Amino acid sequence: MAIVFEKPKALTDTVLHYCPGCPHGIIHRLVAEAIDELGIEGKTIGVAPVGCAVMAYDYFACDMIEAAHGRAPAVATGIKRCRPDNVVFTYQGDGDLASIGMAETVHAAARNENITVIFVNNAIYGMTGGQMAPTSLPGQVTQTSPYGRDVNHCGWPIKVCEMLSTLEGPEYITRVAVNNVKNVNSAKKAIKKAFQNQIEGKGFSLVEVVSACPTNWGMTPQKALEWVQSDMLPYYPIGVYKDRTAAKEAEGK
Amino acid sequence: MAERVLMKGNEAIAEAAIRAGCRHYFGYPITPQTEIAAYMAKKMPKIGGVFLQAESEIASINMVYGAAATGCRVMTSSSSPGISLKAEGLSYIAGSDVPALVVNVQRGGPGLGGIQPSQSDYFQATKGGGHGDYRMIVLAPASVQEMASLTIKGFNLADKYRMTSMILADGTIGQMMEPISFEDAEIETYEKPWALTGTEGKRAHNIVNSLYLQPDALEKTNFERYERYKLIEENEPMWEEYMMDDAEVCVVAFGIASRVAKNAVVAARAEGIKVGLIRPITLWPFPTKALRAAADKVKQFISVELNMGQMIEDVRLATECKRPVSLCNRTGGMIPSPEQVLESIRQAQKGV
Repeated sequence: MAIVFEKPKALTDTVLHYCPGCPHGIIHRLVAEAIDELGIEGKTIGVAPVGCAVMAYDYFACDMIEAAHGRAPAVATGIKRCRPDNVVFTYQGDGDLASIGMAETVHAAARNENITVIFVNNAIYGMTGGQMAPTSLPGQVTQTSPYGRDVNHCGWPIKVCEMLSTLEGPEYITRVAVNNVKNVNSAKKAIKKAFQNQIEGKGFSLVEVVSACPTNWGMTPQKALEWVQSDMLPYYPIGVYKDRTAAKEAEGK
Repeated sequence: MAERVLMKGNEAIAEAAIRAGCRHYFGYPITPQTEIAAYMAKKMPKIGGVFLQAESEIASINMVYGAAATGCRVMTSSSSPGISLKAEGLSYIAGSDVPALVVNVQRGGPGLGGIQPSQSDYFQATKGGGHGDYRMIVLAPASVQEMASLTIKGFNLADKYRMTSMILADGTIGQMMEPISFEDAEIETYEKPWALTGTEGKRAHNIVNSLYLQPDALEKTNFERYERYKLIEENEPMWEEYMMDDAEVCVVAFGIASRVAKNAVVAARAEGIKVGLIRPITLWPFPTKALRAAADKVKQFISVELNMGQMIEDVRLATECKRPVSLCNRTGGMIPSPEQVLESIRQAQKGV
């Protein structure tokens, strides 16, 4: 019988612990598919974050390490500098990457560290039960912004791709989403490119994946995906924010 | 005769690390350990190694964590306030059982403190510093030669027991110049089947991790780690005894304080006072046996420290409070004079 659908080899058989309707499963799969298609599982080393994806080390079949909150890009730097021929990626959420780990993120990008960063932005701290994130939208109700995020009190959400793309350093900065099939397919291409860039020695590649958190947003999975389209994407537009190689090629034309 | 070179203490650490096979250094600028980073920045690119100045102490210790997880010999160095920032990483390194070398060239504290020599991070180094149940091997050099030899020893022990070795030095030894030799250096190597090298499709994936959500599983890792610590306490304590044979008063001091104390012991002997010195070289494991044995012979202990009295607690524990222990100290970057220590020996002698 012909196999028409199977689990990527780069994922283990461990059952994911994510909530029903959580897009982490989709994003894990996209990363694993990219690893499979590039044939790099045997030389890939992944860095898991603190947050909902903390146990990603059990889910990916490659060598894995668990970093402290926000420190994944520094840990990845240490690994990559010791083993430049291995492929090193981090998988981080918005609290991890854009709040406590912002310094590590910015400086890894500025150094054009030859690593791949998968940044899952669902505008909330999921694992700790739904607190305001650095990417929570103005007016968004969370456990620690119960009256809605007041930008006069706690500032504006950070647009990571827009900010990082002002740096000379990084190779590739892009934002994708996983709220519909079309966007999932584009996300897959971006993630694969982010790994391909590393293999070709091009440097720091970050894919921001706009995601959803039905549980902590207090929405059904369907409603949450609609909210991504109606509220998240207008503030966090999909697009390629920096692609040095493409820009160079365009210049050459 | 062994070839001897004149080196600064901090540079001796850097050169010894390179000779020990360390090819990766991650650090952040802070006084008074600057020469270590400067030496590495100059040397590493020429020998195929990596010197990387991180964006912070926190980033640098996490780079060390990542590098250590690949099985590379790796180090960072800092001074007191910087070590506080590294404490998070030290705890993760301990919980993940990866080997690393961390140097603390201590300065006075707390807070931003000063930049003069101090031993006020004794508690931080020997009792934890970061969160959770863990230990670090703490080596306390008292000469430039020991800055080098204990660095090499530190790398060996770190690999052997899969944990952090800390060189707990101070600003004086860091800046001091003395002739040293590298000829006796023994470089040990250990298999690292746990290291992250890529599975190459030949083995199950390695996971370097300190998260255990099941409390019984977490407890088990702690029990196992402490079994290893027990072996270290049994096998690795190092100390020096000086004029202890007939001593009635025992001075206990490490690092730069021990050199001042030694002068005072010699001066006191000239006055006919039966006094000796025990110098812990490993602060953890503490040379408990040596002190317990001394407690049966001497009548009084003096702990000489560049802090408000930290090691004195371990002296009391080791001697089971069988004999009085007094403190002779300066702090904040001040160093006791041999006369101050001599006077405390005279006072202790009166008690005898």
